[in-house]
Amino acid sequence: MIEIRIHGRGGQGNVAAAELLANAAFRDGKFAQAFPSFGAERVGAPVQAFVRIDDKKIRTREEVREPDYLIVQDQYLMDTVPVLEGLKEGGLVLVNAEKRPEELQIKAQARVETIPATEIALEIVGRPIPNAIMIGAFCSITGLVSLDAVQEAIMEKFPGKVGENNVAALERAHEIIQKRRE
Amino acid sequence: MLKYLEGSHGVSQVVAMCRPNVISAYPITPQTHIVEDLARLVGEGELEAEFINVESEFSAASVVLGASAAGARAYTTTTSQGLLLMNEVIYCIAGMRLPIVLTCANRAISAPLNIWNDHQDSMTVRDAGWIQLHAEDNQEAADLHMQAFKIAEQTFLPVMVCMDGFILTHAFEPVDIPEQKEVDAFLPPFKPQNIVDPRWPRGIGLYADPRFYMEVRYILHRALEKSEKVIKQVSAEFAKAFGRESGGLLKTYKIEDADLVIITMGSVAGTIKDLIDQLEDEGKKVGLLQICSYRPFPRKEVYRVLKDKTNLLVIEKSISLGRGGILGSDVRWSFPRTEKKDRKISCFVSGLGGRNISISDLRYAVARVEKEPVELEFLGLNPEIIAKRDM
Repeated sequence: MIEIRIHGRGGQGNVAAAELLANAAFRDGKFAQAFPSFGAERVGAPVQAFVRIDDKKIRTREEVREPDYLIVQDQYLMDTVPVLEGLKEGGLVLVNAEKRPEELQIKAQARVETIPATEIALEIVGRPIPNAIMIGAFCSITGLVSLDAVQEAIMEKFPGKVGENNVAALERAHEIIQKRRE
Repeated sequence: MLKYLEGSHGVSQVVAMCRPNVISAYPITPQTHIVEDLARLVGEGELEAEFINVESEFSAASVVLGASAAGARAYTTTTSQGLLLMNEVIYCIAGMRLPIVLTCANRAISAPLNIWNDHQDSMTVRDAGWIQLHAEDNQEAADLHMQAFKIAEQTFLPVMVCMDGFILTHAFEPVDIPEQKEVDAFLPPFKPQNIVDPRWPRGIGLYADPRFYMEVRYILHRALEKSEKVIKQVSAEFAKAFGRESGGLLKTYKIEDADLVIITMGSVAGTIKDLIDQLEDEGKKVGLLQICSYRPFPRKEVYRVLKDKTNLLVIEKSISLGRGGILGSDVRWSFPRTEKKDRKISCFVSGLGGRNISISDLRYAVARVEKEPVELEFLGLNPEIIAKRDM
C-alpha cells in the first residue's frame, strides 16, 4: 500500500488534490482512498489530506502517519508544522517552491523535489491555487498515477474552462519535470 | 456500477433512488454534503420529491413526522447537536411507529464544540425506539439505506443509519452504485397504514393514561426485539439481489480460533481488521465481532458467537459519563447471569471528538488486555493536558 500526505493551507485545494489523485488511481484500475483532516475550516489555516493507493481493498481508516510521499503546497508551513514527521526513509518530498531542492535545506532521509507551482498557477489558471501543478509534478516524478487519468479526474470535477486551465497547468508541470530529467 | 465518490454522495444517490416523497433536513457539518446533494437533485428535477426547507433540526424532524403520518416515505439526516435538538421528536416518531429513515453522520457533542467523529450523538437516542444500524465503509453506508427503508416499512419502526462523520462522509473511495431498476426491484413502494387523513379525522400518539402507557411501551420494546429477524432477512435478501454482504445484525472476522476477540462498531472495524492480519502474521490469534445493529442489540447472537471466548476487548467511541463504556455495558449484559465462565471484558473508550485511532494505539490495547483485564481506559490520552486540569 502506498500512502501520501498532502500539507497545505485552507484555500489551496488540498482536499481536492487528494480527491483527484485517488480518483486518478481508481481510473488506473487501483483501489484508492482519499480523506481530509480538517482543522479549523478557514482560509490560510494548516490543512492535511491523505491518499492511499493499493491493489486490494483498503480497509484502514487511520490518518497517514508514516507516508511514502509528502506533497507540501506551501513551503513556509515547514517552519511551523512538523510536516516531515513520519516520512519513510527513501521517500519523496515534493515542495511548492521557486528555490531548488538543496536550497531549502530539508532535513530528511528522502528525495526532495521542488516546483514553482504558485507561480505557474498564477500564470495559467489565473489564481494562486497550486494543486493541479503539484499533482502533475507528483505523477510525472513518481509515475504512480497516469497523467491521462488525472486529466480525466480534473475534467470530471471541474468541467469547462476551469478544468481546461488546470489540465494545461498539469501539463506544464509535467514538461518542467521531464525537461529537468534531460 | 463502481463509482469513485465521496461517502456523502454515495448516500445521497442511493437515498434518491429509494424514491422518498418528502425530504426535510437542516445542514450541519459533517452531514452537509448529503443534504446539499439531495436538495440539488430535487432542485434540478432529477428526484421527484418535496424538499421542505426548515429553520432547525427540530422542525426537520417534525416535518418528516407529519409527512410520514400522512403516508409519505420520508427521509431526514443530521448529526451531533442537530440530533440532540431533534430529541423530543425522535422519541415521538418511534412511539407513533412511523417508518422514517434518518442518516446520522456521527459526530461528537458539545461542549467543548467539536465537529469531528465519535458515537456520542446516536448513543443519546439509543433508548428512543429506533433501529440503529452502523456502517463500516461507504459501500455499506449506501447499501444500508436501501435496507433501512425496507426494514422500517416492514416493522413500522424508524431506522437510523449511522456513518462516521468525516471518516466516511468525507472519504472518497469506490462505491458500487446500483441502477434505479435494481433498487425498485429490491424496495417496493411504501404501503402506509393508519395514516392521518382529513376525510377520516383521527390522531396518533396523542394520549395514554396509566392504564395503557406501559402496554404501549412494552409493545414497542417487543417490536424492536422482533425486528432482529427482519434485519437479518432484509440483509440476506440484499446479498441475494446485489451479490455482496451488507448490514445484518453483526459480522465476524477471523473469530473461530481467536484467543482474544475485539468488539466494535463503525468504520474503525476496517483498521482493526488490518491489525488482526498483522497480528496473525506474528502468530497471535485475534478476532473481531462487529455490531451492525446496535438497536435492537442482538444479545442472543452476541452470546452465541462469544460463548466460548473468555477474553474480550471492546473498542467504543462513546461514554456514559460517571459510568463507563456504553457498548461495553451492552456486551457485558449479553451473557446469562447464571453462566459460571470466567470471562474478562475490557473496555477502551477511543477516538472521541475525532482523535485518530491508529493501529499502534489498538496494538497497545491488545497488549494490555493480553496481560490483564482493563475495566475502563481512554485510549491515547495526553497526560500533559490532563495534569493541568485534573484535580
